[in-house]
Parts: sequence; structure tokens; C-alpha cells
Amino acid sequence: MSATTARTTGTQSPAVRVENVYKVFGRRAQKAVRRLEEGASRDAVKDLGTAAVIDVSFDVAPGEIFVVMGLSGSGKSTLIRMINGLWTPTAGHVRLGGDDLTAVSGARLRELRRSRVSMVFQHFALLPHRTVLENAAYPLEIQGVDKAERRERAAKALDLVGLEGWHDSLPSQLSGGMRQRVGLARALAADTDVLLMDEAFSALDPLIRREMQEQLIELQRTLGKTIVFITHDLNEAMHLGDRIAVMRDGRVVQIGTPEQILSEPADDYVAQFVNDVDRTRVLTAGSVMTPTGEPGSPAGVAAAPTPDGVPVVAEDTPLADLFAPAAESDVPLTVHDDAGHVVGHIDREALLEAMVPEQGTAPDLEGVEDGAPVEAAATTEGAAR
Amino acid sequence: MITAALSAATLAVNDETGTLVPRIDLGEWVNSFVDWLTTSFTGFFDAIKNALQGAYDAVDWVFSTPPFWAVALVLALLATWAKSWRLGLTVLVGLVVIAGVDQWDHAMDTLSLVLVSAVIALIIAIPLGIWAARNDHVSRVVRPVLDLLQTMPAFVYLIPTVIIFLTGAVPGIVATVLFALAPGVRFTELGIRQVDSEVVEAGRAFGATDRRILRQIQVPLALPTIMAGVNQVIMLSLSMVVVAGMVGAGGLGGDVVSALQQIDVGLGFEAGLSVVILAIFLDRVTSALAGRAPVSRALAKVRA
Repeated sequence: MSATTARTTGTQSPAVRVENVYKVFGRRAQKAVRRLEEGASRDAVKDLGTAAVIDVSFDVAPGEIFVVMGLSGSGKSTLIRMINGLWTPTAGHVRLGGDDLTAVSGARLRELRRSRVSMVFQHFALLPHRTVLENAAYPLEIQGVDKAERRERAAKALDLVGLEGWHDSLPSQLSGGMRQRVGLARALAADTDVLLMDEAFSALDPLIRREMQEQLIELQRTLGKTIVFITHDLNEAMHLGDRIAVMRDGRVVQIGTPEQILSEPADDYVAQFVNDVDRTRVLTAGSVMTPTGEPGSPAGVAAAPTPDGVPVVAEDTPLADLFAPAAESDVPLTVHDDAGHVVGHIDREALLEAMVPEQGTAPDLEGVEDGAPVEAAATTEGAAR
Repeated sequence: MITAALSAATLAVNDETGTLVPRIDLGEWVNSFVDWLTTSFTGFFDAIKNALQGAYDAVDWVFSTPPFWAVALVLALLATWAKSWRLGLTVLVGLVVIAGVDQWDHAMDTLSLVLVSAVIALIIAIPLGIWAARNDHVSRVVRPVLDLLQTMPAFVYLIPTVIIFLTGAVPGIVATVLFALAPGVRFTELGIRQVDSEVVEAGRAFGATDRRILRQIQVPLALPTIMAGVNQVIMLSLSMVVVAGMVGAGGLGGDVVSALQQIDVGLGFEAGLSVVILAIFLDRVTSALAGRAPVSRALAKVRA
């Protein structure tokens, strides 16, 4: 197991707990929920209301990056807005630390938003007539922090995201990436332990997006925030998430680590998504190696200290970085863990096998209806005639 | 026998309407309603009358007491500050023309009427617009009322106001307020509803109260639109204030009315031209003020 997944298996109480949450928009929402609980489909309750979120439950551990992945209309934006009470669930409970958001008063809810949970928005949601510094200081202004202190804390947050020297600019004078840094700094300045990010990087150019992802991971490592991240991009989900919840039509179809989702997709829907993922960036040396002592591991090398000249890689190295050393060496790569102990080996064959989806051809057979396989089938048919 | 009478009444052509439709005495009802109003609320209407007359006299004193050149210079400087020295110069020339056609005193009376009416209309319209923006039920009730106020011919407002407030500046102001109210409410509601919902959400997500969101997010972001409404309210006030000359509100409207009665084309043109010059001044200055809203300035700074 890699270091990232180890964090999520801690036994401390969750930072965010979502329990059997439903959100139905419409006049007869409660009735729709009862029908859904009895097993009715989303389409079957259409007359009663629009079911945006159906029976969703998950825990987010403190310090975890939890990604909710789904296409538009899957209910992910509604879901994240129930975690800070912008929407009230039609049924179910959302707990933030010790508070049940569905039961607290309006004043307590505002208090929780100020102290426990902040949010980053897809289109930045900055105040256009305020400077970068004033925008970053806005949550502190709401909290009632005095002016000198909030300017100082906002400046610190702007430093964290690399916006020193832009304090007096207006948001409209910045590029998209920089604006979102202000959005991030604003959320960080609030100094809450839970951070909600609603498609935060979706409006950015691919290169800037990548940069922001790296920065977020970096910030999370140093600040230890609990992050709930919404995205429609599975690559982004795989890159950021300690765990990922895949949503479809209001329901969560799978929750797991990126590697679990990649290697054991729960259904064809998830499998189709996974086809587009760059496996070499998600899989690590640890997940494709032959563990020491198992049959197939080269005899003699197993227990012995690593001989000179044999390439050594860390357990959490992504597959993408293994090809070069594997190509240059005639012997299998040696994998060691954080403590430097040898834990396994990877030969070239194993490396290539890892590139093929594990459940063999199952998702491909199902996928014949759409995408590339259809074309292939059509061509064969045409050739046969 | 009763049924027979009824059928005879319904089938017979109504003497008054000349059709099968019986005469609906809407006018009579309105008359008795206004009668009831005037007799029941005499004290209330007297208080309103005194307050409005006082406000008008005070504003008119400010514009009419100083010599012509001082007022003209101040208004020209205001235009320069709001937009440019070019507008300031245009306004100065215009005001000199008004003085030249001997309409200065009447023009200042009209300007005072416009300012008092527009300010009162805005004091009512902006909060009402905010309320309508935040509450769909209010919006649904207010909208048809505004439609009625806006489409009713301007003269019609003068009739009940004259009955209640007799003649003079006050019925003119009341009729003008009613007539000019609608765009103030509409633009305010539109402006607030158009504020980016994500920004409002951001305010809520960081724990702001509804009041703070209104004060720090919705109103500042809606201000350019609200200012467009202010401009419309002022322009409608000007047009109604001239019509109010018919009930003795005085000012340029009085000249227009007497020019009409005496078929005096020259006087009509002079008074009309003065109205146009005032309109240019009010329109350009208020629309320039809209451009000075913080949000507009922030956006303009980027384009520069």
C-alpha cells in the first residue's frame, strides 16, 4: 500500500460524514424519496420531482483528499453543496465533525461555515470591485477579524498560493489560473479544516490545471486540510484523490482508491471511464511488482541485499517513470519501501502486462456498442462482404 | 315574475352602453372610493401635503435664491466632475440659453420638482425592487401593479391627486412619483437577480448573513443596473412634471400649458427647448454617475 492510502485507513472519527442523503427538487420531494427508498428508479419518480442525489453515504477522513467524480447532471454539485448546508438534504444526514447540518439552526450553520468549512468555486466567484487582498480577506471580514489582522492573514494565504505582489490588483486584471489562486487563497485564509472544491480547476487551461493540481497536493501535504474535490475529469480524480466516489444519475456507483477503481471497476460505466485514464500515471511500482518470496521472483536476489548495478525504484514511483530504467537494465527492477527494504521486483513483461486492463477483455466486450470497438467491428463486417 | 324580469333585463339592449352588456359603473366606484379616501384620511393627506410642500419649497429655495450665474456654474461643474469638461461646457451653454429665453426661474422650479419627485420615487422603488428580487411572491404581485402604473395615461394620475391635494406643486409631485416609480423597481429587481449566483453563494458559503450579502455583494454588483433605473426614473419624472403643469404645478409645464391654451407657438418652443436642455443635463449626468459605480470602474480599469 502506498503512503496516500495509508492515511485513509485511520480510525479517527471522520471529518465529514454523509449518511443516506437524498436531494429531490420539486413539490412532492418527500414522496419521491419514499418511492426511491422502495427501489423506484430516478426516471420513475420524475413526476414527483428531480432526484439529484439518491442514497449517498460516505465518510471523509481528516486530512484526506476525497474526490467525487461524475458527468454533468450526476448530482455531484448538489452533493457538495449539502456538505456546507447551501442545500438541505431532502432526507438523510450530513455531519461535519460533531454537528448534524440537517438539524442545526441558521445561526449555527453560518457559524460552522465560518469556522469549519470553506469553498472554492468553478468560476472563482470573486468580488470584481475588490482587490486581490480584499477578496482573500473576505471570509475573515465575515468572521469579524479586525482589519490589520485580516490583511496580514490574507497576505499569508496569498503567499502560499504564489500571489505575492498582486495584492492591489483587481480580479479582472488576472488570468484565469491566477484568479482561481485567489479563490484558493480566500478559502485558505478562512483557516477551516475542511475545504470544498467545486470543479475548481475545470475552467482552466490544461497546463495551468496541472500546475494547480500539483500545488493543491503540495498545500494539502503541508497544511493537512480535509478536501472534498468535485470533478468530471477522471484523470484529475485519479491524480488528486486518496479515494474517489464515482457518481452516475444521482447515485454513487463506486468508492475506492484510484488503483481499486482502475483495476476493479464496479460496473461497465466505471470501466468505460477507466479506459481513458493514463494508467502509467496512476499505477505505481508497488502495485505491479512481484512481491519478494512469491513464485516467479528471481531466486537468489530475493533475500539478498541489492547488488550493485541493479536499478532500484521506490514503491510509490508511477509506472511512467519505470520504463526508462527497465529499458536500460537487463535484470528486473528492484522495488524498495520507504524504509529501504527490498519488497519486490518488476521485469519488463510485468510492466507491459500492467498496461492492459486487468479484467482482460470484459469491459471491451461490453463496450462494443460504442466507441472504437464499433468501428473495428464495422470494418471487419465490411471486409467480410 | 322575477325570472321574467331578469331575462327581459339581460336580453334587452342596455340603454347606456348600446350593447347587451349592462353598464358596469367602474367610474362611479372609483369616484366613491376617492371620496371615501379624502373624507377618511384628511389628516393623513394633510401631513403628506405639508411634508411635500416643505421639501419642494426647500429645494426650490436652494436653486432659485442664488443668482443665475452661480447656479449655472455649479451645475456645469457637476457635469464636468461626473463626466468631462466637454459636458460641463455643453451644460453651461444650455443653461445660458434657458436664461436667454427668460425661462430660468421656471426651469429651476421644474428642476426642483423633478429632484423631489425622483428622490421620493427612488426611496420607494429601490427597497421594493430589492424585496421583489428576493421574494418571488412579492415579485408576482408587484409586476402587474407596475404594468398598470406605467401604461396608465399620465394625465389620469392628475385627476385623483387634484381631488385629494387640490392644485399646486404637491399633486404634481404625487402624480410624478406614481408615474416614475416603475422603472426604479424593475431595474433594481433585474439588477439584483442578475448578480452572479456563484458570488452570492460564495458569500453564503463563508457564513455571511443575508443582510451582509445584500450590502456587500448584491447591491454593489447590481449598482450599474440600478443606476440605469435611477436615470430612467429621473427622465420619466421630467416628462411627468411638465404634464403636471396642467394642475398648476408651475415651472416650465405651466408655460407649456398656457402656450397650448393661447396657441402661442413661440412660448411653447421656448419652454419646450428649456425642457430639452434640462433633460440633456439630467440624463448625461446620471448616466455618467452609473459609470462611476465601483464595479463599473473596476471593469473599465481593465479595458484601459
